[in-house]
Amino acid sequence: MTFFEDIAVGEVSEIGAYDFSAEEIKRFALAYDPQPFHTDEAAAAASHFGKLCASGWHTLAVWMKLNVRSMQRLARERAATGAPLARLGPSPGFDELKWLKPVYAGDRVTFSYEIIGKRASGSRPGWGVVSIKNTGRNQAGEVVISFIGHVFVEQRGESSPGRS
Amino acid sequence: MRYFEDFSEGNELPFGPHTVTRAEIIAFAVEFDPQPFHLDERAAADTLLGGLAASGWHTCALFMRMMFEGWLRETASMGSPGVDSLKWMRPVRPGDVLSGRSVVLEVRASTSKPDRGFIKMRHEVVNARGETVMVLENPIMLQRRPA
Repeated sequence: MTFFEDIAVGEVSEIGAYDFSAEEIKRFALAYDPQPFHTDEAAAAASHFGKLCASGWHTLAVWMKLNVRSMQRLARERAATGAPLARLGPSPGFDELKWLKPVYAGDRVTFSYEIIGKRASGSRPGWGVVSIKNTGRNQAGEVVISFIGHVFVEQRGESSPGRS
Repeated sequence: MRYFEDFSEGNELPFGPHTVTRAEIIAFAVEFDPQPFHLDERAAADTLLGGLAASGWHTCALFMRMMFEGWLRETASMGSPGVDSLKWMRPVRPGDVLSGRSVVLEVRASTSKPDRGFIKMRHEVVNARGETVMVLENPIMLQRRPA
Protein backbone atom coordinates (compact mmCIF):
# COMPACT_ATOMS: atom_id res chain seq x y z
CA MET A 1 0.00 0.00 0.00
CA THR A 2 1.20 3.52 -0.69
CA PHE A 3 1.94 5.75 2.29
CA PHE A 4 -0.48 8.37 3.56
CA GLU A 5 1.71 11.16 2.14
CA ASP A 6 1.55 9.68 -1.39
CA ILE A 7 -2.23 9.30 -1.60
CA ALA A 8 -3.70 11.99 -3.83
CA VAL A 9 -7.16 13.44 -3.27
CA GLY A 10 -9.07 13.09 -6.54
CA GLU A 11 -7.45 9.78 -7.49
CA VAL A 12 -10.00 7.49 -9.19
CA SER A 13 -9.74 3.76 -9.90
CA GLU A 14 -11.72 0.56 -10.48
CA ILE A 15 -11.26 -2.37 -8.09
CA GLY A 16 -13.11 -5.15 -9.92
CA ALA A 17 -16.45 -6.69 -10.83
CA TYR A 18 -18.56 -9.48 -9.32
CA ASP A 19 -21.40 -11.65 -10.62
CA PHE A 20 -24.12 -12.14 -8.00
CA SER A 21 -25.64 -15.61 -8.39
CA ALA A 22 -29.02 -16.60 -6.93
CA GLU A 23 -27.27 -19.34 -4.98
CA GLU A 24 -24.81 -16.98 -3.27
CA ILE A 25 -27.50 -14.36 -2.61
CA LYS A 26 -29.61 -16.98 -0.81
CA ARG A 27 -26.66 -18.50 1.07
CA PHE A 28 -25.59 -15.10 2.49
CA ALA A 29 -29.18 -14.14 3.30
CA LEU A 30 -29.95 -17.41 5.09
CA ALA A 31 -26.90 -16.84 7.29
CA TYR A 32 -27.31 -13.13 8.03
CA ASP A 33 -30.39 -11.44 6.52
CA PRO A 34 -33.21 -13.93 5.99
CA GLN A 35 -35.85 -11.46 4.83
CA PRO A 36 -37.99 -13.38 2.29
CA PHE A 37 -37.06 -11.15 -0.69
CA HIS A 38 -33.41 -12.24 -0.18
CA THR A 39 -34.05 -15.97 0.35
CA ASP A 40 -36.94 -17.04 -1.89
CA GLU A 41 -37.71 -16.29 -5.54
CA ALA A 42 -41.49 -16.57 -5.15
CA ALA A 43 -41.60 -14.31 -2.09
CA ALA A 44 -39.33 -11.81 -3.87
CA ALA A 45 -41.62 -11.83 -6.93
CA ALA A 46 -44.56 -10.93 -4.68
CA SER A 47 -42.61 -8.11 -2.96
CA HIS A 48 -41.99 -4.54 -4.13
CA PHE A 49 -38.53 -5.69 -5.35
CA GLY A 50 -40.17 -7.97 -7.94
CA LYS A 51 -37.23 -10.40 -8.12
CA LEU A 52 -34.70 -12.09 -5.85
CA CYS A 53 -32.14 -9.50 -4.75
CA ALA A 54 -29.04 -9.46 -2.55
CA SER A 55 -28.95 -8.24 1.03
CA GLY A 56 -27.35 -4.80 1.09
CA TRP A 57 -24.86 -6.21 3.59
CA HIS A 58 -23.93 -8.89 1.04
CA THR A 59 -23.19 -6.19 -1.56
CA LEU A 60 -20.89 -4.51 0.99
CA ALA A 61 -19.15 -7.76 1.93
CA VAL A 62 -18.48 -8.44 -1.75
CA TRP A 63 -17.13 -4.89 -2.12
CA MET A 64 -14.71 -5.65 0.74
CA LYS A 65 -13.67 -8.92 -0.91
CA LEU A 66 -12.76 -7.09 -4.13
CA ASN A 67 -11.19 -4.23 -2.20
CA VAL A 68 -8.86 -6.55 -0.25
CA ARG A 69 -7.99 -8.44 -3.45
CA SER A 70 -7.15 -5.17 -5.19
CA MET A 71 -5.06 -3.89 -2.24
CA GLN A 72 -3.15 -7.15 -2.00
CA ARG A 73 -2.43 -7.10 -5.74
CA LEU A 74 -1.08 -3.54 -5.47
CA ALA A 75 1.00 -4.51 -2.44
CA ARG A 76 2.57 -7.42 -4.35
CA GLU A 77 3.37 -5.17 -7.31
CA ARG A 78 4.90 -2.59 -5.01
CA ALA A 79 6.90 -5.20 -3.12
CA ALA A 80 8.23 -6.58 -6.42
CA THR A 81 9.79 -3.19 -7.19
CA GLY A 82 11.42 -3.12 -3.75
CA ALA A 83 9.32 -0.16 -2.62
CA PRO A 84 8.46 -0.05 1.10
CA LEU A 85 4.87 -0.90 2.01
CA ALA A 86 2.67 1.22 4.22
CA ARG A 87 0.54 -0.63 6.76
CA LEU A 88 -3.22 -0.29 6.62
CA GLY A 89 -5.09 -0.01 9.87
CA PRO A 90 -8.70 -0.75 10.63
CA SER A 91 -11.56 1.44 9.48
CA PRO A 92 -13.35 3.67 12.00
CA GLY A 93 -16.57 3.46 9.97
CA PHE A 94 -18.44 4.87 7.00
CA ASP A 95 -21.03 7.50 6.11
CA GLU A 96 -23.71 8.21 3.53
CA LEU A 97 -24.26 4.61 2.48
CA LYS A 98 -26.98 4.47 -0.17
CA TRP A 99 -28.52 1.29 -1.49
CA LEU A 100 -29.88 3.02 -4.59
CA LYS A 101 -31.15 0.04 -6.61
CA PRO A 102 -31.57 -3.64 -5.84
CA VAL A 103 -28.76 -6.02 -6.85
CA TYR A 104 -30.69 -8.81 -8.55
CA ALA A 105 -29.60 -12.40 -9.08
CA GLY A 106 -27.54 -12.43 -12.28
CA ASP A 107 -26.37 -8.82 -11.95
CA ARG A 108 -22.72 -7.94 -12.47
CA VAL A 109 -21.59 -5.10 -10.21
CA THR A 110 -18.40 -3.15 -10.98
CA PHE A 111 -16.89 -1.20 -8.08
CA SER A 112 -14.78 1.93 -8.28
CA TYR A 113 -13.52 4.56 -5.85
CA GLU A 114 -12.45 8.16 -5.58
CA ILE A 115 -10.19 9.54 -2.83
CA ILE A 116 -12.14 12.47 -1.44
CA GLY A 117 -10.18 13.49 1.66
CA LYS A 118 -7.23 12.82 3.97
CA ARG A 119 -6.15 14.08 7.36
CA ALA A 120 -3.50 13.19 9.93
CA SER A 121 -4.92 11.10 12.79
CA GLY A 122 -5.29 13.00 16.06
CA SER A 123 -5.42 9.85 18.19
CA ARG A 124 -2.77 7.69 16.48
CA PRO A 125 0.57 9.43 15.79
CA GLY A 126 2.20 8.16 12.61
CA TRP A 127 -1.12 7.38 10.97
CA GLY A 128 -3.58 9.26 8.76
CA VAL A 129 -7.23 8.77 7.92
CA VAL A 130 -8.16 8.61 4.23
CA SER A 131 -11.78 9.07 3.09
CA ILE A 132 -12.88 7.22 -0.01
CA LYS A 133 -16.14 7.40 -1.97
CA ASN A 134 -16.97 3.90 -3.22
CA THR A 135 -19.48 3.26 -5.98
CA GLY A 136 -20.94 0.08 -7.49
CA ARG A 137 -22.63 0.03 -10.90
CA ASN A 138 -24.63 -2.79 -12.48
CA GLN A 139 -24.27 -4.06 -16.03
CA ALA A 140 -26.65 -1.30 -17.23
CA GLY A 141 -24.35 1.34 -15.75
CA GLU A 142 -26.81 2.22 -12.98
CA VAL A 143 -25.36 3.09 -9.59
CA VAL A 144 -26.64 0.44 -7.17
CA ILE A 145 -24.57 1.39 -4.12
CA SER A 146 -22.38 4.23 -2.90
CA PHE A 147 -20.79 5.06 0.44
CA ILE A 148 -17.94 7.05 1.96
CA GLY A 149 -15.48 4.82 3.79
CA HIS A 150 -12.65 5.87 6.09
CA VAL A 151 -9.44 3.94 6.75
CA PHE A 152 -6.23 4.37 8.74
CA VAL A 153 -3.09 4.49 6.54
CA GLU A 154 0.46 4.59 7.87
CA GLN A 155 2.51 7.75 7.36
CA ARG A 156 5.99 7.42 5.92
CA GLY A 157 7.29 9.87 8.49
CA GLU A 158 10.77 11.37 8.65
CA SER A 159 13.02 8.45 9.40
CA SER A 160 11.74 5.53 7.31
CA PRO A 161 13.64 4.57 4.15
CA GLY A 162 12.15 5.44 0.80
CA ARG A 163 11.58 9.09 1.58
CA SER A 164 12.77 11.25 -1.28
CA MET B 1 -47.20 -8.53 12.02
CA ARG B 2 -46.13 -5.00 12.96
CA TYR B 3 -46.60 -2.17 10.49
CA PHE B 4 -45.38 1.43 10.21
CA GLU B 5 -48.24 2.64 12.42
CA ASP B 6 -47.07 0.41 15.27
CA PHE B 7 -43.81 2.33 15.79
CA SER B 8 -43.32 5.64 17.54
CA GLU B 9 -40.40 7.82 18.55
CA GLY B 10 -38.55 6.51 21.59
CA ASN B 11 -39.48 2.83 21.11
CA GLU B 12 -36.59 0.55 22.08
CA LEU B 13 -36.32 -2.87 20.46
CA PRO B 14 -33.75 -5.28 21.90
CA PHE B 15 -31.81 -7.89 19.93
CA GLY B 16 -29.28 -10.64 20.65
CA PRO B 17 -27.40 -12.20 22.29
CA HIS B 18 -24.99 -13.89 19.93
CA THR B 19 -21.69 -15.48 20.97
CA VAL B 20 -19.00 -14.85 18.38
CA THR B 21 -16.74 -17.84 17.74
CA ARG B 22 -13.16 -17.85 16.46
CA ALA B 23 -14.25 -20.25 13.70
CA GLU B 24 -16.94 -17.92 12.37
CA ILE B 25 -14.61 -14.89 12.51
CA ILE B 26 -12.09 -16.73 10.36
CA ALA B 27 -14.68 -18.26 8.02
CA PHE B 28 -16.21 -14.84 7.26
CA ALA B 29 -12.77 -13.27 6.82
CA VAL B 30 -11.57 -16.00 4.46
CA GLU B 31 -14.55 -15.36 2.19
CA PHE B 32 -14.90 -11.57 2.39
CA ASP B 33 -12.07 -9.83 4.27
CA PRO B 34 -8.83 -11.87 4.27
CA GLN B 35 -6.60 -9.37 6.07
CA PRO B 36 -4.11 -10.78 8.63
CA PHE B 37 -5.82 -9.23 11.68
CA HIS B 38 -9.04 -11.14 10.86
CA LEU B 39 -7.34 -14.48 10.11
CA ASP B 40 -4.53 -15.27 12.48
CA GLU B 41 -3.71 -14.44 16.13
CA ARG B 42 0.02 -14.09 15.60
CA ALA B 43 -0.29 -11.79 12.59
CA ALA B 44 -2.99 -9.80 14.40
CA ALA B 45 -0.91 -9.23 17.55
CA ASP B 46 1.34 -6.68 15.81
CA THR B 47 -1.47 -4.53 14.32
CA LEU B 48 -3.54 -1.59 15.53
CA LEU B 49 -6.26 -4.10 16.49
CA GLY B 50 -3.85 -5.79 18.92
CA GLY B 51 -5.16 -9.31 18.35
CA LEU B 52 -7.58 -11.38 16.28
CA ALA B 53 -10.79 -9.43 15.66
CA ALA B 54 -13.87 -9.87 13.47
CA SER B 55 -14.15 -8.00 10.20
CA GLY B 56 -16.32 -4.92 10.69
CA TRP B 57 -18.48 -6.25 7.85
CA HIS B 58 -18.93 -9.46 9.81
CA THR B 59 -20.13 -7.39 12.79
CA CYS B 60 -22.59 -5.70 10.41
CA ALA B 61 -23.84 -9.08 9.20
CA LEU B 62 -24.19 -10.39 12.77
CA PHE B 63 -26.05 -7.22 13.76
CA MET B 64 -28.43 -7.74 10.83
CA ARG B 65 -29.09 -11.32 11.91
CA MET B 66 -29.67 -10.33 15.55
CA MET B 67 -31.98 -7.49 14.48
CA PHE B 68 -33.92 -9.89 12.23
CA GLU B 69 -34.37 -12.41 15.03
CA GLY B 70 -35.02 -9.70 17.61
CA TRP B 71 -37.77 -7.70 15.94
CA LEU B 72 -37.57 -7.38 12.16
CA ARG B 73 -38.93 -10.87 11.41
CA GLU B 74 -42.36 -9.89 12.75
CA THR B 75 -42.29 -6.49 11.03
CA ALA B 76 -43.56 -5.62 7.53
CA SER B 77 -40.08 -4.54 6.33
CA MET B 78 -39.50 -3.27 2.81
CA GLY B 79 -35.73 -3.02 3.25
CA SER B 80 -33.65 0.08 3.76
CA PRO B 81 -32.45 2.90 1.50
CA GLY B 82 -29.11 3.10 3.28
CA VAL B 83 -27.10 3.94 6.40
CA ASP B 84 -26.47 7.56 7.38
CA SER B 85 -23.43 6.74 9.51
CA LEU B 86 -21.78 3.70 11.05
CA LYS B 87 -18.94 3.61 13.57
CA TRP B 88 -16.85 0.58 14.50
CA MET B 89 -15.84 1.60 18.02
CA ARG B 90 -14.10 -1.45 19.48
CA PRO B 91 -12.80 -4.76 18.13
CA VAL B 92 -15.07 -7.82 18.32
CA ARG B 93 -13.05 -10.76 19.69
CA PRO B 94 -13.58 -14.54 19.75
CA GLY B 95 -15.89 -15.36 22.66
CA ASP B 96 -17.52 -11.92 22.77
CA VAL B 97 -21.24 -12.03 23.51
CA LEU B 98 -22.97 -9.35 21.43
CA SER B 99 -26.41 -7.88 21.98
CA GLY B 100 -28.02 -4.50 21.54
CA ARG B 101 -31.05 -2.41 20.81
CA SER B 102 -32.66 -0.39 18.06
CA VAL B 103 -34.11 2.95 19.13
CA VAL B 104 -36.72 4.76 17.01
CA LEU B 105 -35.52 8.35 16.45
CA GLU B 106 -38.22 9.48 14.02
CA VAL B 107 -41.24 8.16 12.13
CA ARG B 108 -42.23 9.62 8.77
CA ALA B 109 -44.90 8.52 6.29
CA SER B 110 -43.80 8.56 2.65
CA THR B 111 -45.10 11.64 0.86
CA SER B 112 -44.90 10.03 -2.60
CA LYS B 113 -46.03 6.45 -1.86
CA PRO B 114 -49.07 5.97 0.39
CA ASP B 115 -48.33 2.28 1.06
CA ARG B 116 -45.18 2.88 3.12
CA GLY B 117 -43.33 4.90 5.72
CA PHE B 118 -39.84 5.26 7.16
CA ILE B 119 -38.60 4.79 10.71
CA LYS B 120 -35.22 6.31 11.40
CA MET B 121 -33.30 4.24 13.92
CA ARG B 122 -30.16 4.28 15.98
CA HIS B 123 -28.78 0.79 16.57
CA GLU B 124 -26.21 0.04 19.25
CA VAL B 125 -24.28 -3.22 19.49
CA VAL B 126 -22.60 -3.89 22.84
CA ASN B 127 -20.39 -6.64 24.27
CA ALA B 128 -20.82 -8.43 27.61
CA ARG B 129 -18.70 -5.78 29.37
CA GLY B 130 -21.25 -3.18 28.33
CA GLU B 131 -18.87 -1.56 25.84
CA THR B 132 -20.37 -0.29 22.60
CA VAL B 133 -18.65 -2.05 19.69
CA MET B 134 -20.70 -0.60 16.82
CA VAL B 135 -23.30 2.11 16.40
CA LEU B 136 -25.23 3.06 13.27
CA GLU B 137 -28.15 5.21 12.21
CA ASN B 138 -30.38 4.24 9.33
CA PRO B 139 -33.92 4.50 8.02
CA ILE B 140 -35.95 1.33 7.52
CA MET B 141 -38.89 1.27 5.12
CA LEU B 142 -42.08 -0.36 6.42
CA GLN B 143 -45.45 -1.19 4.92
CA ARG B 144 -48.38 0.78 6.28
CA ARG B 145 -51.15 -1.24 7.85
CA PRO B 146 -53.49 -2.42 5.08
CA ALA B 147 -56.88 -0.67 5.19
